[in-house]
Parts: sequence; C-alpha cells; structure tokens
Amino acid sequence: MAEMLALRDYYGKTVAELGKTNKDIVVLDADLSGSTRTSTFAKAFPERFFNMGVAEQDMIGTAAGLAAGGKIPFASTFAIFASGRAWEQVRQAVGYPHQNVKIIATHGGITVGPDGPSHQAGEDIALMRAIPGLTVIMPADAHETAAAVRWAAGYVGPVYIRLTRDKFPVVFNDSKTFTPGKGEHLKKGTDVTFIACGLMTSIALEAAALLEKEGVLAGVVNMASIKPIDHELIVRVAAESGALVAAEEHSIIGGLGSAVTEVVAENNPVPVIRVGIQDDYISSGAPEELLDACGFTAAGLADAARRAVQLKKQAASR
Amino acid sequence: MKLTKDVNELMEIARRMRVDILTMIHAAGSGHPGGSLSAIDMLVALYCGAMDHGPERKKRDRRDKFVLSKGHGAPALYAVLAECGYFGREHLKTLRQYESILSGHPYAPSTPGVEITTGSLGQGLSQANGLALANRLDGQDTFVYAMMGDGETQEGQIWEAAMTAAHYKLGNLIAFLDNNELQIDGFVCDVMGIEPIGKKWEAFGWHVQQIDGHDFGQIFNAIDNAKKVTDKPSLIWARTVKGKGVSFMERLAKWHGTAPSTDELNKALAELGEKP
Repeated sequence: MAEMLALRDYYGKTVAELGKTNKDIVVLDADLSGSTRTSTFAKAFPERFFNMGVAEQDMIGTAAGLAAGGKIPFASTFAIFASGRAWEQVRQAVGYPHQNVKIIATHGGITVGPDGPSHQAGEDIALMRAIPGLTVIMPADAHETAAAVRWAAGYVGPVYIRLTRDKFPVVFNDSKTFTPGKGEHLKKGTDVTFIACGLMTSIALEAAALLEKEGVLAGVVNMASIKPIDHELIVRVAAESGALVAAEEHSIIGGLGSAVTEVVAENNPVPVIRVGIQDDYISSGAPEELLDACGFTAAGLADAARRAVQLKKQAASR
Repeated sequence: MKLTKDVNELMEIARRMRVDILTMIHAAGSGHPGGSLSAIDMLVALYCGAMDHGPERKKRDRRDKFVLSKGHGAPALYAVLAECGYFGREHLKTLRQYESILSGHPYAPSTPGVEITTGSLGQGLSQANGLALANRLDGQDTFVYAMMGDGETQEGQIWEAAMTAAHYKLGNLIAFLDNNELQIDGFVCDVMGIEPIGKKWEAFGWHVQQIDGHDFGQIFNAIDNAKKVTDKPSLIWARTVKGKGVSFMERLAKWHGTAPSTDELNKALAELGEKP
C-alpha cells in the first residue's frame, strides 16, 4: 500500500517555504484558509496574507490588482468557487490581461464526499481550460503538487492548479519536477494506454497491474498539465497502443478526456474511452463510496481499458 | 495641492478632450459618448492636475495609478492618455479597429498608460484595492484612483470590494462615483435604484464627499480632503450630467452607447467651439 499524503498539505507547506525567500509572494483566501492550508503561510507572513472573507469574485479581482502592482499572488478557495463563482473574474481580470495570478483550488472533484454535489467541482477544469492563456494543472500526488506550486511561483502568467481534500497515494518522490505541456510515460503498454491526472494516475497504475495478469499490456501516462497538453506524447502512445482511456476525477465534458480526444481526433484517430463523472451530480457520501459509484477504481478503469481494446479490434476487423 | 495649470487651462483641455471623444467615437462608428462626457472633467483633473504620473515612468516605478472601472468610458481615458503623451494622437482615430492599440474597452497590455484591463462592470474596484495593497506593501506613499459608474454599483462585486477597502483601511484609495443617473435601459432609479448612495458607502466604512463632477475647484478640493483621510478609503460622489457639453446628448440614455452621425458630430463640435 502506497503512502497517503494530502495534496493541500503540500501546497500549504510549499507556498510558505517559497514565501521565505520570495518577498513578492502574497496569499489570498476566501475564509477557507484552514481547509486550503494557506493558514500555514498566514501564520508565517501575516502581513502578506489577505483573508477576503466569503467573496471569491473580489478575491480574484484583488489578486489581479496585486499582480498588476508587481506581487505574485496565490489565491485559494474550493475549486467550485474559484472556477465557478469567480469564472468571469478569472477570465477578465486574470486570463485576458495575462496577469501573474496563481489560483490554487482545493476540494475539487467528488472526493470532497459528504459535503455533496454543491461542493463537488466536476466542471472546474472545463471552465478554466476554456480561458485562453491559462495553464491548467491537476497534480497526481503531494510531491507533484509541491513541484507544480514551485514552478508556478517562478512562471510569469496565470495558472490554475486543482487539488483535492483527501489524501492520495504517493506516485512520485520529493525530487519530482513539473514542466508545463509535458506528460510522463510511467508505464509502457502495447494494447491500451491510460492517460490520467490527479487521483486517477495512481488508480490507473493499479488497473494496469490488474490487466497485466490477464495478458493485457496497458500503459500509463500521467498528464498533470491539462493545458498546455502534451500533443506529442498523446499522439505517440495512440500510435504505440492503438487505444486510449482518459481518466479524471472530473466531468467527461471539457476536461482531460476532452483534451485527449481533441488531440487524437485531429492527429491519429484511435478509440478513446473517457472515464469521468458521467454528466451528472453525484451524491453525498464517503469518498470511497463515491469513487466506487463512479467507477473510479482499478476494476472500473480495467473495464474501460477492455472496452477500448474491444473497440480497437472491431475497427481492425472492419 | 499645487497645480501647474489653472482652471481655465484645464477647462480648455477638457473642451478639447470632448472634441477628441466625439471625433473618435464617430470614426469608430460605435462607442459610449454619454458616460465619456460625464467623466472627462474628472479625468482631466486627475491626469492633468492631481496625479503624479507620466509616460516616462517604468512599470515598477513609484507613481499614482488610475483604474477606470466603468471601462466603457474608454474614449475619455484614451483622450487624456494621448494628451499626456502616453501615445501619439494619431492612434485616437483607430479606436475599436482591428489591431488598434485602443481596444473597445481598456486593455492594459496593448495601451500605454492603462494600468488595469476593464470593461466587464463591477471588477475595477477590487483591482484598485489590489494595487493599493501592493503599494502599501512596498511602502509607497502613492495613491490609487478609481472611477465607477452609478449603474455599475448594481454589481455585487462592487460591494465586496467596498468592504475589502474599508476592512484593510485603504487610505491610499480614492474612488470616484460618476453619478450621471442614467444607464443603458434608462434612469438608474427606474432600472434598479441605488439610493441612498452616501449612506450606503458610509455604512460600508468609507469617507464620502458629494461634489459637482464638472467643477474643477470642487474636484481638487475633494481630492485634497480625501488624501487627508488615511484610515479609510474615500468615495468622491460626483453628481454629473450624462453627455455633458453637447446639448442634444445631455441626460439622454440613448447616448449611452450610440455613435454620432456625421451631422450630429458637426453639430456637437460647433457647440464645443470647434471648427469642422
């Protein structure tokens, strides 16, 4: 069993660490600093922390103004509010002028669990990906979170990083780095390849191990950088394995699955099965129950892979 | 404050700016004359009098900054920026054209002198707060100015930002409310009333002064008073006339977002004492 670490813990630690050396870093939160872990930074640098109250639109606007004034703002709240409530502020005040704002959204996806669909952001990646100029990232684990946050602090431009509430299995180690537009081919497979992000990367690795036992060689790509996306790697694994499964803790509409499908359709059409939230609101419940209900399990992903392989075979026999 | 120009000079600049506003909107074939004309006297007072600024300053240099939250007043802002030498006057006639440096609404990356990108109402005050917080962190004794429309204060984000400015005691923020009483669909009081304006802003923790937004003496006096208030943000509540300076445009919602025809332009320029 892999070590379990919370992505948001590593965000909190990392931004506080960066704040020691980079005095331009400021942090904003909308009354969720305990949950998003920006409280770590707030304790260390109270003069550079701004609690904006329950007002996400104003938070994003203020962050944009701070960036225009030469600061490097990290603005945090839950993913549903950062991407939904404040969408137009992100579009107008951050994306359009290419303002140097880092939006670090926690509690994305269904693993926020018992809070229910009102708090389960399944649309945030779609919303953020549609804004020109934004870099959109969904890290697979705590170490990739730290790497993405470090990268974002050094990059000049708008960034959206989507994190979660729960602890996730560790995939990488603390030497992990992040490069926008680059995925990682974690495991090669000639029958089918999983392209995954967030929690789904670790589940895809489990699924690939399951499939191997039945003689299906499944590859795994971690694609934290959803925008820009790694066209070259997607086209290559599509050619090598001839069938893909895109897996994300997000709606099948507009997220990683859409991004992968777009690349494949325009370059090297092969069957793509999208594993994600099936255009629905899920339910309150324990994260494990919800993951199970959505098929976000090793068995669920293995099943999707078998369907992708089946489609490939059908196409070949036509 | 000590001014380098007297009121007569400023009135003459404002007259020329009105000519520029109407000429550029006519050339563009679209744009917002009414709210540009109600705002221009305050913009002249700021850019040609009150503000410490200039095109020679570099991005991170110390300077006063202005945010046009009512971004549709862009022609007025562009006119004063050209007047102050941020870009050549020849650009004014390219307003709203493809690849012009003068977008339909202020876009900071393309227009020298524009600090903040606006156009979607309700968003400028938050960004002015951000600039004011950044200046304070840098220990700068500069001021951030903003201008809102009255209809614009129907946006909820304005009131979020109003709370923020008071909570963080932004004494370095001075916001104008261009209270011309009209919005696209008609009188503000008919569309969605915003009264009592003064009591609302005071209740939100602001220092409030009401002035005639076309009287340079009152504008400068209010700025001087606002600068002395260091523990709260200041609202300069400016009573203005939409379409001010052109008789047939004054107090008519129709001129919120309509470009003058050639005949109308000539008539307006004649009223402003400009030879066609």
